[in-house]
Amino acid sequence: MILDDAVAAFATEVGASDPITISGLGTRGGPVAGVRSVTAPTGIEWIQPAEMTIRCGAGTPVVDVDRALAEHGQCVAIPEFGTIGGALAVGHSGVRRLGWGPVRDTVLQMRYVSARGDVVKVGGPTVKNVSGFDLCRLLVGSRGTLGLVADVILRTRPRPAHERWFTSERDPWELLTELYRPTSILWNGTTAWVLLDGHPVDIEMQAASARLSPAAGPPDLPIHRWSVAPSSLPSFRSDEAGTFVAEIGVGIVHHISPAPPRTPDRETIELHRRIKFEFDPDGRLNPGVAVLAGG
Amino acid sequence: MSVDAGVGQDVGAPTGNATLVERLRSRLRPDQVRDGAAEVHLYRRDASNMEGHAAVVCFAESTDDVRAIVQVANEFGVPFVARGSGTGLAGGAVPMGGAIVVSTSKMNRIISVDALNRLAWVEPGVLNLDLSKQIAHLGVHFAPDPSSQQTCSIGGNVANNSGGPHCLADGVTSAHIHAVEVVLPDGSVTVLGGEDPEPDGYDLRGVFVGSEGMFGVATKVCVRLMQNSPDVATMLLDFASVADGAQLVSDIIADGIVPAAVEMMDQLCLRAVEEFIHAGLPVDQAAALLIEVVGLPSGVVAQVERIRELAALRNVGTFRVAADDVERALLWKGRKSAFGAIARIKPNYYLHDTVVPRHKLPEVLEQVYEIAARHDLLVLNVFHAGDGNLHPLLVYDAREPGVIDRVHAAGDEIVRVSVAAGGVLSGEHGIGLEKRDLMPLMFSEIDLAAQGDLRRAFDPRCLSNPDKVLPSPAGCGDIHSIPEGAWV
Repeated sequence: MILDDAVAAFATEVGASDPITISGLGTRGGPVAGVRSVTAPTGIEWIQPAEMTIRCGAGTPVVDVDRALAEHGQCVAIPEFGTIGGALAVGHSGVRRLGWGPVRDTVLQMRYVSARGDVVKVGGPTVKNVSGFDLCRLLVGSRGTLGLVADVILRTRPRPAHERWFTSERDPWELLTELYRPTSILWNGTTAWVLLDGHPVDIEMQAASARLSPAAGPPDLPIHRWSVAPSSLPSFRSDEAGTFVAEIGVGIVHHISPAPPRTPDRETIELHRRIKFEFDPDGRLNPGVAVLAGG
Repeated sequence: MSVDAGVGQDVGAPTGNATLVERLRSRLRPDQVRDGAAEVHLYRRDASNMEGHAAVVCFAESTDDVRAIVQVANEFGVPFVARGSGTGLAGGAVPMGGAIVVSTSKMNRIISVDALNRLAWVEPGVLNLDLSKQIAHLGVHFAPDPSSQQTCSIGGNVANNSGGPHCLADGVTSAHIHAVEVVLPDGSVTVLGGEDPEPDGYDLRGVFVGSEGMFGVATKVCVRLMQNSPDVATMLLDFASVADGAQLVSDIIADGIVPAAVEMMDQLCLRAVEEFIHAGLPVDQAAALLIEVVGLPSGVVAQVERIRELAALRNVGTFRVAADDVERALLWKGRKSAFGAIARIKPNYYLHDTVVPRHKLPEVLEQVYEIAARHDLLVLNVFHAGDGNLHPLLVYDAREPGVIDRVHAAGDEIVRVSVAAGGVLSGEHGIGLEKRDLMPLMFSEIDLAAQGDLRRAFDPRCLSNPDKVLPSPAGCGDIHSIPEGAWV
């Protein structure tokens, strides 16, 4: 119940008027400058290994969650830096997305503090739940513009007992076809990096059959992030070597250049405007943060 | 039973309806717009036992058709409700307020399949199992597999976030939807989500999945496909006590194994199914677990052996591993034909859908038996034990005086004990009308108001499938009525 008290105190601190922003460890951009800033509750309330669930404050560092889950042979599909709340607010997945799925699917339930200063609960505590409209998905990736996430219940997954990185000069789409559920396939235009997990005999068998060579780990990733249809990744072949690392089968491209701007359609802009208006009519939450180009 | 649960609209009047029908016929082919008494009567309900009242039934064949219908609905201020196969059990497709029923069953084309990147665009009327059958030769499948998969549509799966046994390892339906083309409630058309993994802006795809037809009508769906598994082991385990079987489920998960599916059947269900299909099921045991693990050969063998060890510690009776595909299909047939088999016991059944934490399964199952006994009803349990998704089946004969009231009272208690055990109202059937007024068991007025805010952002006029999911007054201020047949 410690977390309940912290969430109530957090709501009081957020209040119901004046602009407000939120910060965690500052690894994903940090708070809006010149605006009163709050931090979300921290700490792990419980871990239920047989349910594959964990409850923690949104301000809890991802590495703390990872360390605590490791004791139970579990982990969570969230990139291991910054805070849980920061990772969910931004919604970017890690390079294991091909095998582990996106960050957004880890959230079962959350409580957030609304623009009115109320604590709002969305989703359900069980690994499978239909609990009305799926506001968990709405909050993930909303960059603190609809509500400030206070605490969450996350779905965990078994921590792979064995996983290994490999490289290959083969066509990455051949690897995508041949390999059974690889955790990751990265490609820089000439070389592919492959992450396999599972039974060690199966890993060896797959690596031998696909002629993979052992690697120390994944390549360094360029800092910009593009999101493209996975079917369009072959068009990056003509890009200069070293300018990008693409996630094959997923469509994320880590690039040295910023992503080209995209133009949302009128209907999408209008839906965003209406949702923002319903959730934060005065625009007090993370003012100036635009989740949609042109929005 | 009365057929009119409609509220607050005047479209039931013959002249108003005639004008509406005429307008719809001017926008679609006349034969796509049906207002004959028999058809309107047929579409008053879905697979639940709740009934509403349809003004007219339209059979859409394209996005343009759906857009035309929704535009007409806006012109006349008449609500509309999308309908796939009508297999929903929570009353989500029951037309309220003299709504226009928009049937998408004729929109049943598989538009494109990208087996390499494992995605496909389909129309909403494509049947769940048809999709997996038609792409099987490409080595991929669509993972969500409701028991009704032979007849339920992908559009319906999206509307209710309806999964099945294989959601345990592969995730709920929301995790298998990349994008949805929708006709929004004001008649405009857009695509929510995309083939790319991180579209800009809010995850509108994510909120559309499970919105039960209240955020518009899906006209195309981009689904994620999963690689077929090279190896599979299907096991049937039986137990002298339900509690031992249920405990084993938690033991397996805690041990780090997430099987592709873990299904449980209790004794009454085993007996009914065995009489029906003769699969050699353990009819003298209290419960059986159907467990499937998939993957590469060494991993599968190791998991089967570990499950065998854990099962021994929970006093397993027989431990049967399907020797081949024929035996595997027979075991699964047993699970999936449970509902057909039950018709041999009594003519009617009411199927419930709640989720409880796995470790609460033994305790809640005991309560379910106790509740049924107290209301003098037979209950069979066949459910997704792996994710704690209970499906108690109350079987009855509707001709018996007073039995319906007992069924409803027992159902209400089952939902309440599930939520009290830390569970939720529904795992995959949706809220619809059935559980709308139970939402306050889980959510405060403030929580429900936030859901109402989202509804209003998508549908300010509240024309898209009104009266569902949100109890008054959290929604659009719709005037609620309790439909005939509802037990809430």
